[in-house]
Amino acid sequence: MGISNIWVFSQESNGTATSGTLELLSQARSLGGTVTAFVGGDATSIAGILGEYGASKVYATGDLAGALPGAAVASAMKAVIDGGDSPDLILFPQNYEGRDVMSRLSVKVDRTVLTNNVAVAVDGDTVTVTTPVFGGNTLVSTSFSGSAPYLAAFRPKSFAAESAGGGAAEVIAAPVPDLGSTGGATVTAVHVEESTGPKLDEADIVVSGGRGLGEADKFSMVDDLAKLLKGAAGASRAIVDAGWVPYSMQVGQTGKVVKPNVYIAAGISGATQHMVGMKGAKNIIAINKDAEAPIFGVADLGIIGDVHKVLPKLIEALQSRG
Amino acid sequence: MGYRWVRMSSMKVIVCVKQIPDPALPGELDSSTNTLKRDGKLILDESDSYGVEMALQLVDAAGGGEVALVSMAPNDEMSGMRTALAMGAAQGLLVSDSALAGSDALTTAKVLAAAVQRLGGADLVLAGTESSDGYTGTVPEQMAEVLGLPSVTFAKKVTVDGSTLKVDRQTESGFDEVTCPLPALVSVTAGVVEPRYPSFKGIMAAKSKPVETVTAADLGVTPVGWEGSGQAVAAVEQAPAREAGTIIEDDGESFGKIVEYLETIKVI
Repeated sequence: MGISNIWVFSQESNGTATSGTLELLSQARSLGGTVTAFVGGDATSIAGILGEYGASKVYATGDLAGALPGAAVASAMKAVIDGGDSPDLILFPQNYEGRDVMSRLSVKVDRTVLTNNVAVAVDGDTVTVTTPVFGGNTLVSTSFSGSAPYLAAFRPKSFAAESAGGGAAEVIAAPVPDLGSTGGATVTAVHVEESTGPKLDEADIVVSGGRGLGEADKFSMVDDLAKLLKGAAGASRAIVDAGWVPYSMQVGQTGKVVKPNVYIAAGISGATQHMVGMKGAKNIIAINKDAEAPIFGVADLGIIGDVHKVLPKLIEALQSRG
Repeated sequence: MGYRWVRMSSMKVIVCVKQIPDPALPGELDSSTNTLKRDGKLILDESDSYGVEMALQLVDAAGGGEVALVSMAPNDEMSGMRTALAMGAAQGLLVSDSALAGSDALTTAKVLAAAVQRLGGADLVLAGTESSDGYTGTVPEQMAEVLGLPSVTFAKKVTVDGSTLKVDRQTESGFDEVTCPLPALVSVTAGVVEPRYPSFKGIMAAKSKPVETVTAADLGVTPVGWEGSGQAVAAVEQAPAREAGTIIEDDGESFGKIVEYLETIKVI
């Protein structure tokens, strides 16, 4: 008994394992038992690093040929479970693919899912996960009841990625069975909207703009400041929804989770949705004209003022330094 | 599910809508159950208004058809549903049952899927990507699996070409173009369309539009609520607070404080 067989839904990007994958493998290892990586796609290029971070074996579906992973990977997982290798706990990254695969699998194994977590603890047979609510001010810990497998998703950067120094893991084929009526959703073209400069979720400095900018054109101030500081520009959900900037720039619950050295929030009030995506920043500077804005509750330096007055002067001051 | 999809000459779209506590008011946990208090006035989740709008536009584009709603609530609250009817939906099915309190995401998906089937199924089922109060974000994809449908999540643009959906689907780095056969389920992101404001005429008409109210047992879904939930809250605690920072009022020179701060932490 106990939690001895842990799977991690593992993802590849640009020929290596994603940082979220390595974080989850590291955490899975610390919970004890054996760690298995499950890859939706071809695992040849990442079997080495998956093993290094603690996977003792890797299941791989092989090339999905454009199929959206939700139904395909969940069906492949179910086939392995039916074949006798039944996990006690499956860790998923809180992202598009992770969410879709865990949702489909949840129905197939008739077990609930717990999402948006930042911590996990195992005590005997009991698995407890923790999720922040109300803008991260309150932490709710929830235990799974009933029998395994337990399905849980974790936000990026919840755990540190640490190599275990292991060798390459054995790759076992876990082909996608016939999907019947649930198949058919197929990717026909891929569009990348990433801007130049450092990536939002990796940048050391992030400057984000919100509704307080007033209009779409004013986002250029945020861009300019980000460039001057060699950082990345981000945005609140409000202005992404309003169509001012693409979704790939959204910081928050539904967007990217960032943990930069410096986070500058310009004209962002600090809705729950946004705060959970940036509260982990080391230094937070906020500019907002509403003294009551929740963002000031987390700011190391808060300026109660109009972004249209403060930002141009700040940009000018930084430019004059050369 | 032993269910036969009925194809019609016009398009039938069912939209999942959630009625939530007003997000403008501070949220509160029920101290006895440690779940979000949902017993006050409930409104239409703004993120679902996009699904309703998209459904209305797709039916228009198809040259006819019907938009129906399914919703689930622990009480018979339907003001949020009336908002969607006032926007132009034709009818609704509300699963209203005190036994539903405490239901987990999987149970919610089973109940809503059964509600879709009770309405006779649809060419397309639409849902928001996640609610603004619970944020679980798994219910649409779970529903698709229960209904045996293909699905496309995080859609930011949806068009229908005969019996095929064409969807622009958000990804971490941009978007993918995806095709999918109908019938299907699609979850839409906020901001994809501009939800119309209900007209006065629409609001008046909504009052007489049919809304059937059923229980989970009527739909044959048991157990639900706490009993059917695969989870139990173990603890609630306050997160460690950040140390209070320096908050100053802009006097025209506050940009200098930011420069100073950046110098102190050595990023410039």
